[in-house]
Amino acid sequence: MESINYQNFRIDAENICVDYNGKVALYDANLRLKPGQICGLVGMNGAGKTTFFNALTGFVNISKGKIRINGESVRSAQKDQTIAYVPQNEGIDSQFPISVWDVVMMGRYGSMNIFRCPRESDVQAVKDAIERVDLTDHLSTPIGNLSGGQRKRTFLARAIAQRASILLLDEPFSGVDIRTEKLISELFIQFKNEGKTILLSTHDMIHVREFCDLVILINKTVVAYGETSEVFTPENITTTFGGISPDFLFGPES
Amino acid sequence: MELCSFLTLDSFITDPLTHNFMRKALLMSSLVAAVCGFLSSYLTLKGWALMGDAVSHSVMPGVVVAYALGLPFSLGAFIFGVGSVALIGFIKQKSRVKEDTVIGLVFTGFFALGIVLVSKIKSNIDLHSILFGSPLGISLSDVKQTIFISLLVVILLSIFRKDLMLYCFDPRHAKTVGINVFFLHYLLLTCLSLAAVVGLQSVGIILVVAMLITPGATAYLLTDKFDNMTVISVLSAIISSLIGIYVSFWFDLETGGSIVLAQTFIFLFAFLFAPRYGIFKLKKLFAEYK
Repeated sequence: MESINYQNFRIDAENICVDYNGKVALYDANLRLKPGQICGLVGMNGAGKTTFFNALTGFVNISKGKIRINGESVRSAQKDQTIAYVPQNEGIDSQFPISVWDVVMMGRYGSMNIFRCPRESDVQAVKDAIERVDLTDHLSTPIGNLSGGQRKRTFLARAIAQRASILLLDEPFSGVDIRTEKLISELFIQFKNEGKTILLSTHDMIHVREFCDLVILINKTVVAYGETSEVFTPENITTTFGGISPDFLFGPES
Repeated sequence: MELCSFLTLDSFITDPLTHNFMRKALLMSSLVAAVCGFLSSYLTLKGWALMGDAVSHSVMPGVVVAYALGLPFSLGAFIFGVGSVALIGFIKQKSRVKEDTVIGLVFTGFFALGIVLVSKIKSNIDLHSILFGSPLGISLSDVKQTIFISLLVVILLSIFRKDLMLYCFDPRHAKTVGINVFFLHYLLLTCLSLAAVVGLQSVGIILVVAMLITPGATAYLLTDKFDNMTVISVLSAIISSLIGIYVSFWFDLETGGSIVLAQTFIFLFAFLFAPRYGIFKLKKLFAEYK
């Protein structure tokens, strides 16, 4: 293989494996993404989508392989606030006594001092981020009183406030209203223009075709990876979803 | 202590204060309650009630051994408290047994060991005061230890207040932005062990878990802001302690039990009448009458 300049890749995962107490969740997975690319991560429940995210953020350790983020280790990516993770709505405790402002401020924690005292610049970053997701009217609303879409936007604002260059989004379109969906898709275009790299998991095939330049199909390992138009074929999708016909998958959505 | 003497509220409050042991008990119990109440917000949000129960029971053999060896009892308690958590983690990881089962069997094992040790080690250990607390009979060296540990826990929680909140809320984000989640996990466990140690003097090993969860649960029903939750939790814990001690003084009741019962009643009150989350949703009712 010719020599590659690893700096060119935002995400460079090479043959990564993750196992939980001997149970393999992901093996020999590869992924390379450049600045400005949007990639869809598609697979069944339990296919290793969340595990893939966890490996990239360093939330779980990989047992084999190598991950480079902007040419550096995951550890230094954490220190540099390079990656932002936007959780699924189900992945967070919506009854936690915390306001929109405080959640978005958490995006700044990594670059604050040990007491996490917000500086003027942090306050500004939080304000701007909340404005971008159109939640300025809900600054002090507890997240428990938000709709699913508003809550999703809150966590998106946290990622914006963090000023991360890589965004990992777990099911960004599930359980959101039309307005939020429109806002998210507009933000995606902005992020792309800003050179951010986006990896999003989704169940919705329509969204993959609509937003993603690239798609990675996984089922414990990478089934197929490449340009959406080339990879997103009925055959590949059938393999990814364990033999279920794509007609069935596309049926209710199209 | 004649019945007519507490016909006036004034003497109800001031009479006990003439006793030295009562002043000490009120002060120390308030301090302990404040510490446990502070921690309580984190434990209830993290869902660590069972963990609190486990740690507080597991300190029993540590207390007994420390007394037998003439060491500070808090040291023994701390070692066994953290040890139990480490053992729980180890067994959970190395076996297929579910976590709540592991927690249950480890802490009962530790607790049983403590009881057996008490019966074997001939010393002046008062089993009753370990199990049920003895805020009225607290010794001077215990007072010093309690103040020291309480300050330590309050300082640690204050410094890492926001990080711990983030850890309870979204540990994945904490990890992603380079915050040491491993450290926060053990920090919270350490504070839990220390709080259990000071708490057991007030209400005893069996009931100390109430000090660690009830104030937080009460506060959770009353507010949607984390900072307010901490304040309400601490206040309700202190008020319960004061009520418990006064009531136990005047009616000659077990002090530890009275303190915990006071907490339970405050919780029930919040459960029924909390403005937004109570059964009777007072806020809504008032709005309808307007």
